[in-house]
Amino acid sequence: MKAPDFAYARPADLGAALALLAEHGTEAQPLAGGQSLMPMMNFRLAAPEILIDLSDVAELRGLERTRDTVRIGAMTRYRDLEDWPDLGGTLPLVAMALPHIAHDAIRNRGTIGGSIALCDPAAELPAVMRVLAAEIEVAGAEGSRRVAADDFFTGFYETACGEEELIVAIHVPVAEADRVYGFHELAQRHGDYAMAGVALSALSPNPIRSLRAAFFGIAATPVRLPDLEAALEGLTACEAQAAVTAALEGLDLLADTKASADMRRHLSGVVLKRALEAM
Amino acid sequence: MTGPLSELDRPNSYIGRAVPRADAARLLAGRGKYLDDIRLPRMLHAVFVRSPHAHARIKAIDTEAARAMPGVAAVYTGAEIAEHCTPWVGVLSHLAGLRSPPQHSVAVDVARWQGEPVAVVLARSRAEAEDAADLVDVDYEELPPVLDAEAALEPDSPRIHEGYDSNLAWERKVDVGDIDTAFAAPGVTVVERTFRFGRHTGVTLEARGTVCDYDPGEGVLTMHYSGQAPHMLQVILSRHLGMAEENVRVVSGDVGGSFGIKVHTYGDEIACAALSKMLERPVKFVADRQESFLTDIHARDHVVKARMGVDAEGRIVGIDMDDITGIGPYSMYPRTSAIECNQVLNLTGAPYMMENYRARGRVVFQNKTLMCQYRAVGHPIAMAVCDGLLEDVARATGRDPVELRRLNLMPDDGYPRASASGMKLADLSHQKTLEKLVELMDYDALRRDQEEARARGVLRGIGLCSMVEVTNPSPAFYGIGGAPIASQDGATCRLDAGGALHVSSSVTEQGQGTNAILAQIAADRFGVPIERVKVTTGDTATVPYGGGTWASRGAGIGGEAMLLAADALKHQVLEVAAALLQAEAGVLDIRNGTVVDATTGAERIALSDLARTVYYRGNELPPDLKPELIATRHYRVTDFPFVFTNGAMATHVEVDAETGFVKVLGFWVVEDCGTVINPMLVDEQVRGGVVQGIGGALYEECLYDEEGQLLTATMADYLVPMAAEMPDIEVAHVETPTSTSVLGAKGAGEAGTGGAPAALLNAVNDALAPLGASIWQQPMTPERVLRAMGRL
Amino acid sequence: MDKTREITLTVNGESVTARVPVRMNLVDFLRNELELTGSHVGCEHGVCGACTLLMDGRTTRACLTLAVQADGAEVVTVEGLAASGRSAALARAFTERNALQCGFCTPGMLASAVTWVEGGGSAERDAIRAHISGNYCRCTGYQSIVDAIADVAGSKAEDAA
Repeated sequence: MKAPDFAYARPADLGAALALLAEHGTEAQPLAGGQSLMPMMNFRLAAPEILIDLSDVAELRGLERTRDTVRIGAMTRYRDLEDWPDLGGTLPLVAMALPHIAHDAIRNRGTIGGSIALCDPAAELPAVMRVLAAEIEVAGAEGSRRVAADDFFTGFYETACGEEELIVAIHVPVAEADRVYGFHELAQRHGDYAMAGVALSALSPNPIRSLRAAFFGIAATPVRLPDLEAALEGLTACEAQAAVTAALEGLDLLADTKASADMRRHLSGVVLKRALEAM
Repeated sequence: MTGPLSELDRPNSYIGRAVPRADAARLLAGRGKYLDDIRLPRMLHAVFVRSPHAHARIKAIDTEAARAMPGVAAVYTGAEIAEHCTPWVGVLSHLAGLRSPPQHSVAVDVARWQGEPVAVVLARSRAEAEDAADLVDVDYEELPPVLDAEAALEPDSPRIHEGYDSNLAWERKVDVGDIDTAFAAPGVTVVERTFRFGRHTGVTLEARGTVCDYDPGEGVLTMHYSGQAPHMLQVILSRHLGMAEENVRVVSGDVGGSFGIKVHTYGDEIACAALSKMLERPVKFVADRQESFLTDIHARDHVVKARMGVDAEGRIVGIDMDDITGIGPYSMYPRTSAIECNQVLNLTGAPYMMENYRARGRVVFQNKTLMCQYRAVGHPIAMAVCDGLLEDVARATGRDPVELRRLNLMPDDGYPRASASGMKLADLSHQKTLEKLVELMDYDALRRDQEEARARGVLRGIGLCSMVEVTNPSPAFYGIGGAPIASQDGATCRLDAGGALHVSSSVTEQGQGTNAILAQIAADRFGVPIERVKVTTGDTATVPYGGGTWASRGAGIGGEAMLLAADALKHQVLEVAAALLQAEAGVLDIRNGTVVDATTGAERIALSDLARTVYYRGNELPPDLKPELIATRHYRVTDFPFVFTNGAMATHVEVDAETGFVKVLGFWVVEDCGTVINPMLVDEQVRGGVVQGIGGALYEECLYDEEGQLLTATMADYLVPMAAEMPDIEVAHVETPTSTSVLGAKGAGEAGTGGAPAALLNAVNDALAPLGASIWQQPMTPERVLRAMGRL
Repeated sequence: MDKTREITLTVNGESVTARVPVRMNLVDFLRNELELTGSHVGCEHGVCGACTLLMDGRTTRACLTLAVQADGAEVVTVEGLAASGRSAALARAFTERNALQCGFCTPGMLASAVTWVEGGGSAERDAIRAHISGNYCRCTGYQSIVDAIADVAGSKAEDAA
C-alpha cells in the first residue's frame, strides 16, 4: 500500500498555487491536511501526477472574527478551531461537531477546507456549514467568489469548486443570540463515520420553531429539506421523528455494510429527535 | 501481619506472583525487533499480484512491462514458482474423509479467492515492486463464484474443484443416546434456533511477514518470520522446497500479535522462501493491511440449526445440532480447516450433564478467503449454541438461568468424567466458578436494576456463559493425524559461570508473556533471583525441539517442561555442591543464587563460585565427578487428549430500543486455569480475549458481495473493538490445578474469546425478552438488532 | 519534474537533512532512512494508530503524512520520548500495569498518552478511553492501558495540588 509516484510542489502564495493548478489541470491534486487523500493514494485509488501542498499559502490561513462573521482560512486545522477560545461563544454548532470527527491525531492534521472540498457524505462540517448558512470563498484565475453552503455540495464527493479553483476560506455567521443549536450522530464506535447524523439550529427546539437542519451520513451530500423544515414548525421532537422518516421516503439514501437505506432513514428521525431533546 | 509463612513468602517464589515482564521496558522504548525491522544486504521486496476475482481461470500472464520497471529484479508467475516449490494438501488422517486438492503457494491455473496470489514482483523497494505489480497483465476468464456455504451444497451448485462430486470437504456425525426419543418424552420442552456466526479475522496489528535469506555457500535457508510455530515451519519448508530439515532455520523475533493467524502455512511466505533460494538473495514480504484482510485466514462463518430439550424438572435431556461452515477453497495446511467444526461438535454442551447428543457438521468449500484456526477455535460457536439455547429454554420455561445452570452443570466432585460428545474431563469447577461469578457481579442487584430499567422503558439484559476451553493439547490434536506439529515441548536450563541461568524453550512469545512466565518458573524452582534468568525462544537453531505456541499450551506444556528442566538442573548442581562441600546433596538447597543448608538456611557456596570451579578450575573437582550444569527436559500431556479449563462469565448490556445499539455496561469473568503463574498477565490476557469476543459479537464481520468481493478490506469497514466502547472487565479465579502436571497450570489464552459471544448473545436476548423478540445472528449490529425487534 | 526533494527537520532533537522521494510517507522515512524502527506501520490508512508520533507537539499519523510535509517540523518518536525521559512515568506505569502485550501498538499508544498527560488530562477513565480511541490494541482489552494512563494523570494532578 504505497502511493504511486507523483511530483510535489509547495507554492508560497495563492497565485502560485492557482497557476500550478491551471498548468496541470486534472493531473494536479491540492493537498491540505491529507487525512483523506493519503489513504486514497496509499490504496492507489487516487493517483495524481502532482500534489500541490497548500501548507505555505498564507492566504489560506487565519481564523478571524469580524462583527458577525468568522473567517476560517481553508488550511485551518480542526485542532486550531478546537483550541480557539472564542469557538464555543461564536460557533457553538461547530464546537458540538468537532469531537465527533475521527480522532485526536486526525484532527491535529485535518483541515476545515479539506473537509469542505472533499464533501465526504459522512462528514460533519458540510452539514454544519449548511445549517449555519456559511459561504465558501473559492479563488481561481478570474478572482474569487463566494458560494452559499446550500449551493456548494453538489454531489457524491462533488462540489461547486472548479477544478482550477481552490477554497480560500469559509465565512461562517456567528451564532445568533435568539437561536439554539443542536447536533447528534450515531456511529458504532467513537470517531467513526456516522450511520446518520444531524446538525441543526432553531429558535426553539421543542416545540420546533424556525428549524434549519442538515442530515449527514445518509446520502451523497448533506440533506436539507426546506419543505420538511417548514412542516416541522410547531411539532414536538417526538412528532418530528416520524415526519423525518416520512419525508426521506423516496430519497436516494446510502446503503453500505454498516446500514441499509431503510436503517439510515429510520436513524435520521432518531438523531433529529435526540438532537432536539438534548437542546 | 503475623501468621505462618505462605508459599509466596519463601525466597525466589515467583510462581503465582504478578511479576512485571522483563521485556516491557525494551518495547516501551521503541526497541522491539519485529519482522519488518529486519533489513539485510541486497534484500529484495516481494509484492504479490493477487486475483481481483473470487473465481477465475488464469489464461495468460504478461510480465514484460513489469520486468522493465525501475528497480525490478524479477517477476515470476505461479507456474514458474511451482517448479521450485511443491504444492501441499491440507488433510489429516484422523479427520476421516477430509479432502482438499493440492494448493500451490502461488496459483497456477485457477484463482479461487479474491486475493489469491497469481504472480510476484521482486524489486529494490516495496513501492517500486507495487508500481511494477500494477503492470503485470493477467488475462482472466471469470468463473462462477461459489459463496454461500449452504447453497454450495446444493446439487446444482457450480463446483470449485474439478473431479469432486460436490463442494463438501468433510462431514462428521456424532450420535450418542437417542435424541428423538428423549425430545418426545412427556414433559420435555424443546427449543429450536438457527444461529448465524459471521466471518471474522484476526487483525493482528503487526501483519504477517517474512524475510527469507538463502545462503548458497552452505545451502542453508534462514527464514525470519512473525509466527508461532518455528519447528513446524522448518519441516514444511524442507518438504516443499526439497531441502534437508537441518538446512532450514526458522527464527521468530518479537511478534506483534498472532491469535492463531500466524500459525498457518501461507503461500506468500513459502513462495518467498523459494524465491530467496531461486535468486540467492534475501527476500522480504510484509502483508499490507488490505492483503491481511484478503489473505490472513478467516474464522467462524457457521450456520447452526440446534435444538435443546429439558425435562419437567429443568434437566437438559440433550442437544441436537447441525453445523454448516464455509472454509474457502482449500483446507488450510497443515492444521486443516476441519478442526473448527470438529471442535464445535466436541465442545457443544461439554459443561453440562446430558445423556443424548446428536450433531452433524459439514465443512464446505467456497470462493472466499481460507478459513482456519483462530483464537478460541470453535469455542464461541459451541458456547453460544449451548448457552444460548439454555437461556432460551430458561425463558421458555420461566426459570432463572443461574438456577438452570446450577441444576445442569457437572458437579465439581464428579471428575474424571466424559462429556456427552465423549471428551475426557477432569479437575473442573463449573459450580464453584458459577457461584463466584454470581457473587462477583452481584447478580441479584443486577436483576433489580433490570426491573427498574424496564419500568422506565429501558432495555437492559444480563447474560451468562459457563464454558470449557481446550488447552494443553496432547498428540491427539494434530500429531496422530500426520501433521508435522510437535505436541511436546522442551526446555533447557543452563547455569553459567557467573551464576546466571540461561534458559530456552520451544514455546514462543507473542506478547502474552511466555518469556516472563518461563523465567518465573525457572527462577522459582531453581532458586535464583529472576533478574538472573535470561530466556531464549523462537529459533530452531538454538531452542529445544517443540510445538510452539498455540491452543493455549505455552504455560501448561512449555511451563511444565521448564519446571522439569529447572528441577533437573537443581538436582545436578546440588550433586556438584555436595561433592565440593563434602556434604549430602539432600541436606542442601539453592536459595537466592546460593547453595545453602536446607534446614538452617546457612550459606554454603555461591552458585557463581560453584560454576567457576566447574568451568575454570576443574582440577579442584574429584576426578570421578563429571558435572553437567545444563539440563533439558521435555513434556507432553499423557492420559488426556486435552486439558480442559473452565470458566463462567457474564455481561450486563443496554439495548437502545430506537437504534439497536448495544452498550456493554459491565463484564465479569471467573476463570479456572489451574495454577495461575502470573495473575497480572493472565488477567489481562483474559480481558483481551473478552474484548476480542465482544468484537465478534458486536462489530467484526468479513462481508462479501455477490461476486465474492470482500467489502470489508479496510479498517474503516472491518470494525475492531476500540477503547471508547469497551467496558472495564472484572476477573477472578478459581484454581483447580490439573493433575496431569507438577505445575498444575492449564491454558488461559482463549477463554475470553470463547465465552464472551455467548454471554453477549444471552444478555441482548434477555434485554429484548419483554418485547418477545430475540436475535440469533452475530455480530449483533444495530440494524440486525432493530430488525429482530421488528422496528425496521 | 523531480520526484525527490531535500528536507530538513528535527527528529528527536537532532537536525536531519535528507533527499527523499516525495511519495515516501513520514513513517517509512523514519523507519527506512533513519532506522528509527520504533514507529510501526499497522494499516497505512490512518485508522490503527500504530504510527502515531509527535509532530510539532501534536500527535500525528505518520502514515498519512509525507516526509516532505515534515520539512521544517519537529518530530518526536518513541525513541525520543524514551531517551529524553518524557515517557518515563508512563513507561513505568505501563510496565507495572502490564499495559502492553505484543508491544506493537505501544509506541503509538505512548504518543497519545504523552499528549494526554502533558496536556493536563484527567484520570477519568471514560475521558482517557475517548482520547485513545484512535489507537488499536488487539491484545490487552485496553483496561490496563487506561489504568496506566490514569495512574500517571492522577499522580500528576496530585503533585499539582
